[in-house]
Amino acid sequence: MTEIRHSRWQLWLAEPQTRKGALITSLVVALALLGPWLAPHSPTEMVGSVYGAPVAAAPLGYDFLGHDVFSRLLSGGVSVLWMSLAAASIALLAGSTLGLLAGFSRRRLDQLITWLADVSLAFPDLILVLLIVSMLGRAPWLIVLTVAIAFTPGVIRLARGSAVAVAGQEFVEAAQMMGYSRRRILFGEILPNILTPLLVHFGNMLTWGVGMLSGLSFLGYGVAPPTADWGLMINENQAGLLVQPWAVLAPAVLIGIFAYGTNILAEGIGRSSSRIGEKQP
Amino acid sequence: MNAIAGIESRPRVMTAEVLQVRDLRVELAGQIDVLSGVSFSLAAGEILGLVGESGSGKTTLATALLAHARRGARIVGGQVEVSGKSLLTLEGEALRRARGSLIGYVAQDPATALNPALRIGGLLRETLGAHQVELDHAGQHQRIVETLRDVGLPDDVQFLQRFAHQLSGGQQQRVMLALAFVLRPKLIVLDEPTTALDVTTQAHILATLRRLCKSQGVAAVYVSHDLAVIKDLVDRVMVMYAGRIVEIADRAALFAQPAHPYTRGLLAAIPDVAQRRQLQAIAGHAPAPGHRPQGCAFAPRCPRRLAECSVVEPALQELSTLQRVACLDPHLQVLQPIAWTPLSPVVEELERTPLLEIKDLNVAYDRQVLFDVSLRIAAGECLALVGESGSGKTSLARAVAGLGENAEGDLHYAGVPLSLSAHKRDGRQRHEIQYIFQNPYRALNPRQTVYQTLSAPLGHFFGIKGAAARERVEAVLKRVSLSASVADLYPHSLSGGERQRVAIARALVCEPKLLICDEITSALDVSVQASILSLLRRLQHEGLTLLFVTHDLGVVRAIADRVLVLKLGRVVEQGLVDTVLDKPQATYTRTLLENSPTLG
Repeated sequence: MTEIRHSRWQLWLAEPQTRKGALITSLVVALALLGPWLAPHSPTEMVGSVYGAPVAAAPLGYDFLGHDVFSRLLSGGVSVLWMSLAAASIALLAGSTLGLLAGFSRRRLDQLITWLADVSLAFPDLILVLLIVSMLGRAPWLIVLTVAIAFTPGVIRLARGSAVAVAGQEFVEAAQMMGYSRRRILFGEILPNILTPLLVHFGNMLTWGVGMLSGLSFLGYGVAPPTADWGLMINENQAGLLVQPWAVLAPAVLIGIFAYGTNILAEGIGRSSSRIGEKQP
Repeated sequence: MNAIAGIESRPRVMTAEVLQVRDLRVELAGQIDVLSGVSFSLAAGEILGLVGESGSGKTTLATALLAHARRGARIVGGQVEVSGKSLLTLEGEALRRARGSLIGYVAQDPATALNPALRIGGLLRETLGAHQVELDHAGQHQRIVETLRDVGLPDDVQFLQRFAHQLSGGQQQRVMLALAFVLRPKLIVLDEPTTALDVTTQAHILATLRRLCKSQGVAAVYVSHDLAVIKDLVDRVMVMYAGRIVEIADRAALFAQPAHPYTRGLLAAIPDVAQRRQLQAIAGHAPAPGHRPQGCAFAPRCPRRLAECSVVEPALQELSTLQRVACLDPHLQVLQPIAWTPLSPVVEELERTPLLEIKDLNVAYDRQVLFDVSLRIAAGECLALVGESGSGKTSLARAVAGLGENAEGDLHYAGVPLSLSAHKRDGRQRHEIQYIFQNPYRALNPRQTVYQTLSAPLGHFFGIKGAAARERVEAVLKRVSLSASVADLYPHSLSGGERQRVAIARALVCEPKLLICDEITSALDVSVQASILSLLRRLQHEGLTLLFVTHDLGVVRAIADRVLVLKLGRVVEQGLVDTVLDKPQATYTRTLLENSPTLG
């Protein structure tokens, strides 16, 4: 088993896109994780003039309250990254389990799950999240959960669609005939065959998650000020965009780079995973 | 046995060569040849059978005759002349015109070759409109009606209004023939057009084809992997191996006195419905493109190999005016089939408690497919279940396996009632009844290694894991004649025959008593089929009981002790194989027998 894991890593990393994506993603993640220790000032400490221009002590200038933008940038990544990672993971787990169940069992359960997914897909994601957050509050775990709920139906549809095609194949019937448990058939036989689209989708969800969380912060429903957060920073400093663009641009660029990195990482993993079990040169 | 061969050309004056192929060579990237040094010619009205196993380059050659190479391959040299027009020098529009007016093509699977969104009339009109613009509307209609009549389809307006999915498989293939013949081509290329069809339909299509070619003077190249199928159809046979012609001979000469050891090997591997013969598989594999050995490509598998065979590549040499062969030491005597009688009939076995007893089994989906079918299988025997598509034979097999939905009836296994649903069966029943699927490409999980596939049932049924499991897996691989190193491979790197062996191995690790085989050789080459059948024979001698589902009566003769003939969900005849096949009682069995291709 360990041998196979090992070869899967090797296969992933053999794809240039995976390496590139992993490098970019890990750079942003490292920046977000180590940032708080590297920051010259506390993110909530007012050290300069309002919308002060970049100077040697503050390479990115000061924001609307006179915080050091560079320090806030270094400290503001962790929240958005862990929250999007958590939301995407929860959605992946819940969605693929439900989707597999639906795709394999067919009949009633399938109809129920598909119907639920369709109904919630018909509801715009952001509106749904805003609704829940404005009703129940803005605790981080609650935001994570609502974003995950918004993502889950998409995963269900994807997992179900892929699982249906696989579940009709004879090796699944053979497993049923052997009397394997349903769990084993779902996760042992079918899941490995639909992992590729799911992983790619996971990467996309990470990207969307960062976007959605930043959007929530921007709209004022996300992380509460004065906490440093990339999304919140864009929101807070929009009024000074023309005077001190760095306070908005710097977090926006980092979000963009992270989105790009996770996207091609997911794509690389997807591409190389689809080759597991196929002819290798 | 059937009368296809009796169809002759009217006057045999046409000696004009319709097709001239010279030194054709097709390469993959990196100058790896998949086809090399192919030269032959074909006269008007002559039908050439192109035979070889998968990977022999026969389909590559067939498409190269249309100046087409599949993605990744390139025609790099040689000439293809049809009616004096050199196709390989043409390009674009000129090539398209030449193809349309000179060559017709019939693909393997009519269900995917016909556009499902177009009506039959539309398909034919479109083809005519694209290539024979000079025909006016009335002329088109006249031509379409004539062609439909020629291929044996109705020519009324209602039929022209139909879509492909409203036709049977045989009718679809006739439409394909009509599409090829409607342009009055000089040459027609057919790529295994009857493999998806029942024997009765196949016999009719072949007769129609021969009649059309002879009456219209159309030359035909018929690609097939089965010599028995083409025996009565063709005038000449060309046998290919690893991208080379190894033998080309007149039909009579080839079947009576095949000269190349490979041709003999192919003939010895074909199960014959008329006579039980010892089936002999050809040992080893055909070389993959780029892995041709030096000298004769067949030498590593050849029983008559000489020292110089692996040095010199033999050229085609003339044995007689009718026969040419590429072999340094060709067979020169007449082929003597080896008759073979089974060891012991199993009549008396039935008197004891049967291993499996089915009473009044009914299966209905949206329509009923099985009607009150009852049967008994004695321990240690091989019962063949025979019928054409739609006879319900697969439904029956699946019901026994516990995969059948909507099945009703009484099943008894070893005297104990057996549930129709696999997960209501107990562990012993589940591991003692095993099922092998028709399609070896979908029967194995592509994301699991052979070891994972084979060790899973061991852990599940017997709690065997780790080193003990490894040992068992290696033992079972040996039992199905695979090497132990296969265990760490994924199914993708195995050939169809090897995959089917792994599927059989998966059944065998469960220590089964009853093995249900659902058309398990129909997707395989004849020589691979022969080796799988002999493997099953051996397993039967080791005490396994077989329920063997097939449409091929030749296979039935080769492997089964008793046979049960199904027609539209009802048992029409059953009994010992030799009794049923030699003295069939039911009309349906007789029809099946008459239409089964045979070498005799």
